[in-house]
Amino acid sequence: MGDILIMQAFSGLSLFSVLLLMALGLAIIFGLMGVINMAHGELMAMGAYTTYLTSVVFEKYLPGLMGAYLIFAIVFAFLVTFAFGNLMERFMIQHLYRRPLDTLLATWGLSLILQQGFRTIFGAPEVGVPMPDWLLGAWQVTDAIEIPLNGLFVMALSLLVTLAVFVFIFRSRWGLRIRAVTQNRVMSGAVGIDTKRVDRVTFSIGSGVAGIAGAAFTLLGSTGPGTGQLYIVDTFMVVVFGGVQSLIGTIVSAFTIAEAQSTMEFFLSGSMAKVLTLLGIVVILFFRPEGLLSLKVRK
Amino acid sequence: MLERLFQFAGGRRDLVNLLLLGALLLVVMPLVLDSFRLNLAGKYLSFAFVAVGLVLCWGYGGILSLGQGIFFGLGGYLMAMFLKLESSGAELPDFMVWNSLESLPAFWQPFHSFGFTLLAIFVVPTLLAWLIGAAMFKRRVGGVYFAIITQALAWILSILFIGQQGLTGGINGITNFSTLLGWDLYSESAKLTLYYVNAALLIGVLLASRFILDSRLGKLLVAVRDKEDRVRFSGFDVSNFKIFVFCVAALFSAIGGAMFTLQVGLISPSLMGIVPSIEMVVFAAVGGRYSVIGAVYGTLLVSYGKTFLSENFPELWLYFIGALFIAVVMVFPNGLAGLVDNLRQRLRPRGRALPVTAVAEEARA
Repeated sequence: MGDILIMQAFSGLSLFSVLLLMALGLAIIFGLMGVINMAHGELMAMGAYTTYLTSVVFEKYLPGLMGAYLIFAIVFAFLVTFAFGNLMERFMIQHLYRRPLDTLLATWGLSLILQQGFRTIFGAPEVGVPMPDWLLGAWQVTDAIEIPLNGLFVMALSLLVTLAVFVFIFRSRWGLRIRAVTQNRVMSGAVGIDTKRVDRVTFSIGSGVAGIAGAAFTLLGSTGPGTGQLYIVDTFMVVVFGGVQSLIGTIVSAFTIAEAQSTMEFFLSGSMAKVLTLLGIVVILFFRPEGLLSLKVRK
Repeated sequence: MLERLFQFAGGRRDLVNLLLLGALLLVVMPLVLDSFRLNLAGKYLSFAFVAVGLVLCWGYGGILSLGQGIFFGLGGYLMAMFLKLESSGAELPDFMVWNSLESLPAFWQPFHSFGFTLLAIFVVPTLLAWLIGAAMFKRRVGGVYFAIITQALAWILSILFIGQQGLTGGINGITNFSTLLGWDLYSESAKLTLYYVNAALLIGVLLASRFILDSRLGKLLVAVRDKEDRVRFSGFDVSNFKIFVFCVAALFSAIGGAMFTLQVGLISPSLMGIVPSIEMVVFAAVGGRYSVIGAVYGTLLVSYGKTFLSENFPELWLYFIGALFIAVVMVFPNGLAGLVDNLRQRLRPRGRALPVTAVAEEARA
C-alpha cells in the first residue's frame, strides 16, 4: 500500500513538473504582460518538432554524439521558439497590446495556421524521438518502487528552468526592467526604459520557455500537429488559478492541480478526474477571482 | 405608423438592411438553392443564432464568451432527447442498450413530452447562463478571465458528454431519429418547412436584439462596455446588465442548437467544445462585432467558405480560417459591417449620423 502511495505521489510530481514547464512561459506572457497567447501550445509543439529534427540530424550526421543530442535539442528548441516569438511580437502582438480579447482571436488564428503548417511539413502522424541511452530504464528504489529516469529528467529540467526564470526576473537587470514595465509602463518609459524593447524581449523569453517545455514533452510522449491544442486550456488554467502576475502562484497552482488530478485518477476514470479538477478550479475561482496568490499592486 | 415601425427596427437604414436579409433568406435562397444546399444553408443559419448572441454580449456588452458551444449543444441535446425517445417508442434508446443500461434514466423521463422539451430548451441553457453569469459578474470577473473560464467550461462539458456514454451517446452524440410528432423529418416538404421556420426564427431573434439594443438597457450596456466604473458610480448594478445579455445570448444559441438538431439530424460533443465555440466567434467577428445583421452574413460566408474549401482544397481550410482570424483583428476589426459602413461614409461624406460601428470606434479610441 505504501509503495502504491509513493508511486502515485511520484506520478503527481511528474505531472506537476510538466504543468509547471508548460505554464512558466505563459506565466511570463500572460501573467506579466497580459497577452493572451492562444498559440502558446503551438510554440510548445514547435519546440517538440525542433527536438525531433535535431534527433534526425544527429542520427544521420553525428551518430557518435547521439547520447548528447537531447542537450543540443533543448538549446535549439529555445532558440527557435525565441526567434519565432520575437517575430510574432514584431508583426502581430505589438499592435494589439491594448485589445486583449483581440490578441486572443489573432493568436488563435496563428495557432490554426501553425497546426496546418506542422501537418504540411511533418505529416499528420505523430512523431517520436529516440531516447538517449542514459535516460532509458528506471531507478530501482526498492523491489516494488521504480522511478523512470525520463520522468526524473523532466522533473530536474523543470526545476532548473524555473530557477533560471526566477533568477532572470528577480536578479537581472532585464528582469528589473520587465517588472518595472509591467507595474507602471508610463513611469518606466519616463525614466528611460525602452518599453517596446522590453515587451519584445519578455515575449520572446516566454516563447523560448514554451519551446523548452516542448522539448521536454518529447521524452514523455509523441508529438503531432494537434499536440499544442491539447495543452492550451490546461496551461491557461494553471496560470489563472495561481494568480496572474505571481510566479510563485503558478508553482503552487501547478502543484495543487497535478496532485488533485493524479489523486482522483486513482479512484475515478481519467476523464472524470479531469472534469472534477477543472470544475474545482472554476469553483475556487468564483471565490478567489484573483487566483490563489495574487500580488497586491497599486494600479 | 411607419415611423413607429422604423423606430422599432432601429431606424430606416436598419429596416432596409433587415428587409434585404429577409428577402435573401425567405425568397432568394429557397428559389436559387436545391434542397440539399438549402438544408446546408439552414444548418449554417442555425449557427447564426449564436453569432447574433455574440454580437450582443461581446460587441455591445464587452464580454467575450468562448463557451457559446455549451448553450448551442444543450439546446441541440435537449431537442435530440425528445426526438430519440419518440423514435425509440417503448424501447430504450439504442445507445443506452449498447452501454447496458437497464432502464431510462430519471432525467430522460420528462422528455417524452414535446411541451416540456420546448420549455427545457428555453429554460435550461438560460438558467445555466444565469448561474455562470451571476457567479462571475457579481464577483467582477470579466474580460479575459471570463473568456478563459467559459472556454474551460466548454471543455469540461464536452469531456463530460463524451465520458457519460450511457446517458449522452458519448462521442457519437445522439443520432438516428426521423420523426417529429409523427412528421417525417427527412421528407422534402419537412426540410423546406424547417428551413422557413429557422429563417423566420432568426429574423425574430434579430428583431429582438434590435429591440434590446435600442432600449435604455441597450444604451446602458454600451456604457458599461466603455466605462464600467462610471456606470457603477452612477448607482447602477452593472453585473445585472451583463448577466441579462449573457442569458439572452445563451437563449439564442440554444434555439439555434435545437434547430440544428432538427435540420441536420444529429447532435454530438464536437459541436459544443472549444473549437466550434471559437469558430462561432469568428462568424460574429467577420460579420462585424457591432452588427447583428452582419453576424448572419458573416456566418453564411465563413460557413460556405469552409464547405467550399474543405470539399476542394481540404488542406487549405485551416490556413484560410487562420488568416481570416488574423486579418479580421488586425485589418478590419469591424468586419464586413464596418467595411460597408466605410463605403457608405465615403459615398456620402456629409450630414449623416455616424453608423454604430463608427460610434463604437470613437468610444474605444
